Amino acid sequence: MRDIREKLLKKIHELFDAGVVDRVVGWKAGEFCYDVTPALFNAGNIDEILYDAFCGPNQSKFLVKGAEGGEKKILALLKPCDTYSYNQLITEHRIDPEKIYALGIPCTGMVDINKIRALGISGILGIEEDGENLKIETLYGTESCKKADVLLERCLVCKGKNHVAGDELLIPDEEAPEVPKCAERMTEVEKLEAMSPEERFNWWRSQLSKCIRCNACRNACPACTCRTCVFDNPSSGVSAKVNTNDFEENMFHIIRAFHVAGRCTDCGECSRVCPQNIPLHLLNRKFIKDIDEFYGEYQAGAEPNVRGPLISYTEQDVEPSIVMTRG
Amino acid sequence: MLKIALAGIDRLFAAIAASKKLYLPIENAGEVEFSEYSEGAKVRLDALQTVKSAKDAFFPFTENMMQFHTDGKNISVEAAKRVDEDFVVFGVRACDARSFSILDKVFLADPPDSFYAARRAHGIIVGLACHRPEETCFCTNFGIDPTKPETDVTAWIEDGVLYWEAQTEKGKALTEEISAFLEASDEKAVEEQRERTKKILERLPLANLDLSYFKTHPELEIFKRPEWKELSSHCLGCGTCTFVCPTCQCYDIRDYNTGHGIVRYRCWDSCMYSDFTLMAAVNSRKSQVERFRQRFMHKLVYNPINHEGEFGCVGCGRCLRKCPISMNIVKVAKTLGGEQA
Amino acid sequence: MQLNDTNQAVPAESGAYKPLIVAFCCNWCSYAGADTAGSSRLSYPSNIKIIRVPCSCRVNPLFILRAFQRGADGVILCGCHPGDCHYTTGNYYARRRMTLLFSMLDYLGIERERTRVEWISAAEGAKFAATMNEFAETINRLGKNRKLRDLRCEI
Repeated sequence: MRDIREKLLKKIHELFDAGVVDRVVGWKAGEFCYDVTPALFNAGNIDEILYDAFCGPNQSKFLVKGAEGGEKKILALLKPCDTYSYNQLITEHRIDPEKIYALGIPCTGMVDINKIRALGISGILGIEEDGENLKIETLYGTESCKKADVLLERCLVCKGKNHVAGDELLIPDEEAPEVPKCAERMTEVEKLEAMSPEERFNWWRSQLSKCIRCNACRNACPACTCRTCVFDNPSSGVSAKVNTNDFEENMFHIIRAFHVAGRCTDCGECSRVCPQNIPLHLLNRKFIKDIDEFYGEYQAGAEPNVRGPLISYTEQDVEPSIVMTRG
Repeated sequence: MLKIALAGIDRLFAAIAASKKLYLPIENAGEVEFSEYSEGAKVRLDALQTVKSAKDAFFPFTENMMQFHTDGKNISVEAAKRVDEDFVVFGVRACDARSFSILDKVFLADPPDSFYAARRAHGIIVGLACHRPEETCFCTNFGIDPTKPETDVTAWIEDGVLYWEAQTEKGKALTEEISAFLEASDEKAVEEQRERTKKILERLPLANLDLSYFKTHPELEIFKRPEWKELSSHCLGCGTCTFVCPTCQCYDIRDYNTGHGIVRYRCWDSCMYSDFTLMAAVNSRKSQVERFRQRFMHKLVYNPINHEGEFGCVGCGRCLRKCPISMNIVKVAKTLGGEQA
Repeated sequence: MQLNDTNQAVPAESGAYKPLIVAFCCNWCSYAGADTAGSSRLSYPSNIKIIRVPCSCRVNPLFILRAFQRGADGVILCGCHPGDCHYTTGNYYARRRMTLLFSMLDYLGIERERTRVEWISAAEGAKFAATMNEFAETINRLGKNRKLRDLRCEI
């Protein structure tokens, strides 16, 4: 990662010097080794831009606001998976690619600090990559774990090293390091489908009952870019600041997932940001799985300006009764 | 000082729960929250912190305040019942315990909030000392001693034994009720643990946070600092920091139309939301910079001004761990006050 | 979820259970189909409440959920037959949306028999009555909706 960062900084300097861009959305170091904050940089502080295994946040949504203002283009640093969201935002006219210079950067998998903590490792002071392992300095001694065990959910089912959008690549995709896929995308969904309705209901109740309705899933989602969300609109009849009971917990999450169905690229930001670690991506993936099965394989954001499955139809589409008959 | 072996602690919980509601850090679907005890619940006294703070037991996430029923042309109003029975919150850490004194100054100031006051009057808090702090802990900056929480009863866990010491009248009364389960003990194990913990506390990366800037500079000067813009530039405007915060106290009152009446309830609100203190004409804080600034000004500047120099933060570190973009009070404090201090 | 709450008791069940069914009917076909059923003197249960909508695709998933919230035990959406939409294609979109929504409800463990879509033309009074009778019977058998209810609406 270190040499990628050096290359990246060199490239950013070039783009600033050539007058192509005048600001860049990057990552800023935090108090610890893992709490990286997305931030806007200008010519003065480019060298503070960080790029390491904790730069997980999907940057594409920041471009909705970030691309406004400024004299020149804004530089976006997009990991392969971020480019799917980027395409989707272009399709939905939420960003103007004319105002953005998108640089594709390689990624070798991002680490989820929550997963390290879930291993019982606490008091984390420093983390170093050591081949396939992570060496973790803590207040209570040195620990280690396999990097593959603590990757973000989205990295476990990595879409691959190819960028599907962007003006330029930092290194050609063919030369970029391979990212191993560690899990099948639909395994967890299938497990739930195999349960009895009663088991499924209880499983989802115990998950969704944790929800504190902080809206982090919605606000971090690159597909949720409505200026006023239906849940914030006092005229909608469903606006609320918290879930007052389990109905509202269910409703919020069903509707949130439905509103991004067919547009969700499965970037997994919703699950990454959830303070309660609710596996929200399993709602989105269910829609993706159904769409694939009923209407043909579809990957949102794979290319720009495509009509999504929920705004198209065929005369031969399956009937809703398929839900009853497919077993 | 009294003690009980952890192996038999379930009997103690059952005894308390037989006469009172008992709230404990309980694991559900992988996360620990204060929840009502029931037999077989997965009690996690080893968890350093719950996701939401213990304030949930006194100032709940949401609660009904009154109901209106319509019957033809008649409307009847029914006030919600205040809590009128004692309950126990077990396993409160020192940071959360301190947050109650911050909340008290708001909710118990004249006129007192009767919902909160009733819960405070009936709540018995059993604190639990920390012995394995996280790197995100910085409570010592606020004069909090995590090895001895300021609660009705203080408990320590060391080597499979829970040590118990009543600190207040309420705590003594509770101790009386369950004295059959406790046996006398000396203080050696506890003292040793406290010494050990204090050494770890000194090594915490955020142990020496300098917050003097916020007390020595005029509020308007801090308010006008240009850094607010950059600090807030990537704030998502979600409510995570406010909802996990033990000292955030803002709420909204809303009416829910049930079709045959109204339920008036209150619920936590977040100053990070675009519809916070929404008025008929306009929102008082139009941009995320203003909302972001409001939250941190409240914690670091307004609270000390209004409450004898006390910051609106207890250093629990929840926002450090939970913010989706890892922006938090420590970064704000260091950016604004780091060099001037 | 609410902690330490004194005011949200589960209401006591009253004796006789009579399900409440909401039928969203498209103005051009199914609502007229209900009329045809009436003028043909075909009967269907009185606890089916019809809500007229301009087109089946006017029904968004929130309508379905809110019907359950406010006490419905079953929700049925009726529209023009595919190909016969007054607005040419509305019911094609509704078909996709409802397929995905119903599948999601099933995924969350909510009884899949509580939701249904039927295409009923203005001439099909008999189909309207038969569908409603059959659906009411299904809901009767399932009993009260407990998984998607809002207790506040029952106090």
